[in-house]
Amino acid sequence: MARRWRRWLPGLLLVSPSIIAIGLFVYGLIFWNTRVAVSGKHDEITPYGFDKGRNFVDLWSQPSWPGAVQNALVFTVAFVGGALALGAFLAFLMDKGIRAEASLRAIYLFPMAVSFIASGVVWRWLMNPAPPQRAVGLNQLFGKVGLDALANSWWQHPTWGMAAMALPAIWQMSGYVMALYLAGFRAVPEELREAARVDGASEWKVYRHVVFPRLRPVTLSALIILGHISLKVFDLIMAISGKQIITYVPAVATYVEIFDRHDPANGATIATYLLLAVALLVVPYLVWSVRAERTR
Amino acid sequence: MRGRTPRRAPRHTTGRVSRRWKAIAATALGAALVVSGCGGTDDGGDDASQVEVFSWWTGPGEADGLAAMKAEFEKKNPGTKFINAAIAGGSGTQAQAVLASRLQNRKPPDSFQGHAGAELLDYIKAGQIERLDSFFDQNGLRPAYPQQLLQQISYKGHLYSVPVNIHRSNMLWYNPKILDDAGIAGPPKTIAEFITALKAVKARTGKVPLSLGAQWTADHLLENVLLGSLGTDAYNALWKPGADWSSPAVRKALTDFAEIMKYTTAEAASTDWQGASKAVVDGKAAFNIMGDWAYGYFTGSAPNGLGKKVDTDFKYAAAPGTDGTYMWLSDSFTLPKGAPHRAGAIAWLKVAGSREGQDLFNPKKGSIPARTDGNKALYTGYLQYALGEWTKPGIKLAGSFWHGVNAGKKQHTDIDTAVGLFLQNKDVAKLQAALVEAAKNSGQ
Repeated sequence: MARRWRRWLPGLLLVSPSIIAIGLFVYGLIFWNTRVAVSGKHDEITPYGFDKGRNFVDLWSQPSWPGAVQNALVFTVAFVGGALALGAFLAFLMDKGIRAEASLRAIYLFPMAVSFIASGVVWRWLMNPAPPQRAVGLNQLFGKVGLDALANSWWQHPTWGMAAMALPAIWQMSGYVMALYLAGFRAVPEELREAARVDGASEWKVYRHVVFPRLRPVTLSALIILGHISLKVFDLIMAISGKQIITYVPAVATYVEIFDRHDPANGATIATYLLLAVALLVVPYLVWSVRAERTR
Repeated sequence: MRGRTPRRAPRHTTGRVSRRWKAIAATALGAALVVSGCGGTDDGGDDASQVEVFSWWTGPGEADGLAAMKAEFEKKNPGTKFINAAIAGGSGTQAQAVLASRLQNRKPPDSFQGHAGAELLDYIKAGQIERLDSFFDQNGLRPAYPQQLLQQISYKGHLYSVPVNIHRSNMLWYNPKILDDAGIAGPPKTIAEFITALKAVKARTGKVPLSLGAQWTADHLLENVLLGSLGTDAYNALWKPGADWSSPAVRKALTDFAEIMKYTTAEAASTDWQGASKAVVDGKAAFNIMGDWAYGYFTGSAPNGLGKKVDTDFKYAAAPGTDGTYMWLSDSFTLPKGAPHRAGAIAWLKVAGSREGQDLFNPKKGSIPARTDGNKALYTGYLQYALGEWTKPGIKLAGSFWHGVNAGKKQHTDIDTAVGLFLQNKDVAKLQAALVEAAKNSGQ
């Protein structure tokens, strides 16, 4: 008897504080957030009550919400697509074996160490859309080197502004994606490439048919990581634009609803939608990776 | 953070150690009970041992003003310790988030700062702050303030806060040289003249006619255009229950607003108010409409000011169509229900409402006293003009909606959203519909 509990009890005791902490502060708060989301607490005094999820429907008739969703989608497509493409391209170049690879790798990774809030302040200045006579930042640079045609309104463009907003995020995260891909490239055994070359495959064909297919897990991980960062983006937007409608995204909307509009139920509803959107990405990935591990 | 776990005492310890743990736990629990007993049951009726004053006065000027009032308070109340619980952050966004959680947990400070007027409505409705009618009577404060001001900050006929200072929203700042170049004789007196002047600047100089900053400065512009186009009485009526925002007069004002917006800065969204106001004194823009805190920014010395000279670098006037009206905003102090040191709080409110207290604070902050009997000798330059206007017989008062006087927090945010959407779609009809909706949902 005593032997048996000695086997599992110390382990349980060791992890139980974190189980309790996660249970309380992660799952407990998720539960509480959902509770507020389905309540009718639209100000500080009304009791919580139960609203049958009406908030989840009503939100869509709020004038600022569809725009916030659209902005988040444009941002996500531009950011995830851009960071994946740039990261993969950089890794591809690295993989070809260039000089000073180690220091270049570090340089490309460095931006990730900067917080969005700090880099946002700089990008806010770089992406200033002022006309030529008052131009600063990138527009001024374009003007000086005779590329006036490239000067544009950046994130203040009414339709594609959020794609410009993705530039700082791409700059920041593509080094990380590069590191992921580089590890992926390096995991492809040299023998496979050799074999393909012996069979007469060109260098491009080696990549196309041998290396790239083996990168799918890496791509998927990168997609999930970038995707959930993108959906939750808050600090970058707040640093560059603040709470302006032109760059409104769900995370900013949550903040505005709770702290400016004093509407806890609406804020919690948006937070729940955000959680669902991220879960939509993460849960299939978890299922897939658990399965992959079992079959191993 | 998930991986990090607090260190725990291993379970298989000897009896002696576990007894010690029990003793520590019991002491901690006892201490917690004592502490909560102090804070929870007693409402601090006549506790004047200290006063915790919560504000967001941490910036240059305002922090000095608060320190001067604190010194005055300590001189008058030697037995009461003054605790300055100021939280940084412009217009109190962060401070208000902290305050909301403190009030909900029934741990209020002894007195907190709030913009006088509708911004306090949530606290009033939640029963979180006390009525101050008898405080005003006992201290003879009613005759000291303008009667229109007291009316405009009353909720259902009751007063809930003590105004300390007054800022003015309806100020037009302009660059005299650019006006000369554009052949404009003087500051425009009406909205129509304003639009003509903006056209002239655009046609005859390469400058920005009206400099504008991020979205909220467009809200600020909107309240000034509404006031200038509708007139004071109609503007004030917009904030009464059941107000008619769908009228042709409002449509006219919004059409003017849309017209004026055509002459504003292209890069407005990436500029804050300082950048927008600075464009005028730097000779890049002809006009800017901003509250009178811009004056302190223009004339102050570096690093917080630009060191510019009035009359040569810039001039000022009431915003077009609003001369004779003082669109005001005010910082005020409240008495939370269940304040732990109520007597200390009352002593603080006495200083905040006194002529001496306000005359100590306001010259430093760059605002004027809310009382009408301030010492005129202390206010020079623009402040002399502002105090003259504030106390001028026949001046009409209007509350600034953007700065917390007229609109509760829901309506305030909803109007901001409507303006933000308008900046993108430029659709006046949609803007008006959204404003009607915002007024309907205001719950006032």
